[in-house]
Amino acid sequence: MSAQLEARPRGPVALLRTALLPGVLVATYLVVFFLVSIGVIGDYQQTILATICINIVLATSLNLVTGFTGQFSLGHAGFMAIGAYATGLMTMRYPSIWGLVGGLLVGAALASVVGFLIGIPTLRLRGDYLAIATLGMAEIIRVLLLNFDFSNGAAGLNGIPRLINWHILFIFAACSIVLIANFLRSVHGRNTIAVREDEIAASSIGVNALWAKTLAFVIGAFFGGIAGGLYASYFYFIKPDMFGFLKSIDILIIVVLGGLGSLSGSVISAILLALISMKLQEYAELRMVFYGLILVLIMLFRPQGLFGDGELKPAMFGYLLPWRYRYVGRSKGTTRRWPAKLDRVAPWHYQYTGKPSGITKEPPAAFDRLTSPRKRGGPKP
Amino acid sequence: MKRTIMGLVLAATVTLTLSACGSDSGSGGGSGADTIKIGLNYELSGAVATYGQASVDGIKMAVDEINAAGGVQGKQIELVIYDNKSEPAEATTLATKLMTQDNVLAVIGPATSGSFKATIPVANSNKVPVVSGSATADDVTVDANGVQEFAFRTCFNDSFQGTAMANYAAKTLDAKSAVIVKDNSSDYAKGLAEAFKSTFEDNGGQIVGEEAYVAGDTDFNAVLTRVKGLNFDVIYLPGYYQEAGLIIKAARELGIDAPVLGADGFDSPDLLNLAGEAALNDVFFTNHYSSLDQDPKVVQFIEDFKAKYGEEPNAFHALGYDTAKFVADAIERAEELTGQAVRDALASTVDFPAVTGTLSIDENHNPVKDIVVIGLKDGVQATSERI
Repeated sequence: MSAQLEARPRGPVALLRTALLPGVLVATYLVVFFLVSIGVIGDYQQTILATICINIVLATSLNLVTGFTGQFSLGHAGFMAIGAYATGLMTMRYPSIWGLVGGLLVGAALASVVGFLIGIPTLRLRGDYLAIATLGMAEIIRVLLLNFDFSNGAAGLNGIPRLINWHILFIFAACSIVLIANFLRSVHGRNTIAVREDEIAASSIGVNALWAKTLAFVIGAFFGGIAGGLYASYFYFIKPDMFGFLKSIDILIIVVLGGLGSLSGSVISAILLALISMKLQEYAELRMVFYGLILVLIMLFRPQGLFGDGELKPAMFGYLLPWRYRYVGRSKGTTRRWPAKLDRVAPWHYQYTGKPSGITKEPPAAFDRLTSPRKRGGPKP
Repeated sequence: MKRTIMGLVLAATVTLTLSACGSDSGSGGGSGADTIKIGLNYELSGAVATYGQASVDGIKMAVDEINAAGGVQGKQIELVIYDNKSEPAEATTLATKLMTQDNVLAVIGPATSGSFKATIPVANSNKVPVVSGSATADDVTVDANGVQEFAFRTCFNDSFQGTAMANYAAKTLDAKSAVIVKDNSSDYAKGLAEAFKSTFEDNGGQIVGEEAYVAGDTDFNAVLTRVKGLNFDVIYLPGYYQEAGLIIKAARELGIDAPVLGADGFDSPDLLNLAGEAALNDVFFTNHYSSLDQDPKVVQFIEDFKAKYGEEPNAFHALGYDTAKFVADAIERAEELTGQAVRDALASTVDFPAVTGTLSIDENHNPVKDIVVIGLKDGVQATSERI
């Protein structure tokens, strides 16, 4: 039984599943490219697009720490600040693509190192304590930048050359999604999820909880640094106040709204919030009222976030499809081939065995108890 | 339930995206033939919303007057107003929107130096001038690469205020020694302190002590006790009214009655609320304009402002008003209605009669204008001198 469940699915559906994420990203890129080239997305919409891409990098990386590893971090803006200043200083000195690459790498590496040094002692803490510790770290970074000479104090860095455009930003956003998604499918990623679910249970089966948390934290810091660098390079100007406590909260809002533990949720909510904020630019006085109201309503009706801890899947759109395709991709046994015609009358059998049943009547009670626990409240298979 | 929500979310996303695209194609036609569009990119919400709102009130009043008098070049001025949430990145985005989508002829704002700087590269690449009435940082219009082609301002810069106050202290108040108490967390205060120090010393004065605090502090007894032990003629206190009010109050309570000198950060009714009437004697600060000014332009402005908004105008109102008039004046003089022509007209402004003092634009796109030193007596403005 377990061997069968673990087996990698084959066939067209499996291929579809593997190619789904890159396919969607490429398709999105092409659509945006088309819209830009026919002029529907002008310069202004491109800056919104840039905000969205940067927020996606920030939100997916924070989600890795807060959503998937369960470590409540309020310090993401600190990592962002490190990346932003490294890239800003580097590109102001070397205004070329190599300066940009160097700045991004140095910024991300520095952010990772800081993340590691902070993570080792503080990730032993849990919950609220960690939140306060990371908050303190971000404040230290901000105050240091405020007082160092090289960072030009409170006035910030002015005149950072814009070396990137939406193409590069899109690629970075796509890469962060793919890399974090793949990390989560790796053994290290599974470990971080196990730690979130129950740290003691995970430790008891040999997961090094501190290591798993630190790894996730360092990766999150790395992408936070990248996002900061992209931000500095796109928006010309940075100053320490921009990376305060409220910036961390803004990122956290995106993550919580999308769903803790849902990458696609983070992406959708980054897009949604940017568009809402854009539409409200014209209503200055009511802007924050509406924005707040929307957040309150979403949290009231979807306290677990838009997607909870699940992902956006083709199966969610099943009801848009003809009946016979609905169960495709929903559980492992059903992915081998299209349902046989007979199963139209006994989908329960098909769904749990993956074989055409030939049964045209209601299932026997005993069979039903064993095989469809979701409906009857029995143990999960 | 889940599906319904998901459907709603998708529907909302699609609607927003479509409406975003829709509004683009709608306004793609550009500025109308019979109006001139000017964009306002201001902090209407967020940390420094009071600055933005005050500036916009002043600008609206100026534009109403201009339109009532027949507009510029025979056309009415139309304002396109957006809120940048006091965030520099948002200011960049909105500058892009105003210039590429609303096709404005010039942009006024943002009010703060940081956000204003963030819009300058957009202005340079789209060849649309940006003008701020209150971005006072020294490096706004000039950076390492020289003067910013399309950026202008109508307020003097920080170091000018420090210099002017040092001259005032040395010459008018006849001070020989001074103590500086500065806000160490703000670039504004640091710049002022530096300029004051160098000019004061050039005038033969002596800085006998330097103390620092951080914005948000509320207890200044330690700092002031140290100051009390020194022998000095004046205290220079660059910083904002929140802390300055408390410091002045505490200093007077400790028996320090030397004159306290400050800058335009003092210009708020809250200074009086925090320090109390009794403490606000012998307090002087540099400002853009004073409501005591007997100049008929100023008197007229204050009267009109009170009639329109029912309150006393502050410096941001006056600067916003001036900036709008200044831009309108340049558009009137421009040879054609393009960003480049308006830029040339702005750069060649000479002796423009503004409420905050007659101004000319120098080669660094900074105004050359008078500064006002206001003296407080029992918490109200008692003297004002243009220097």
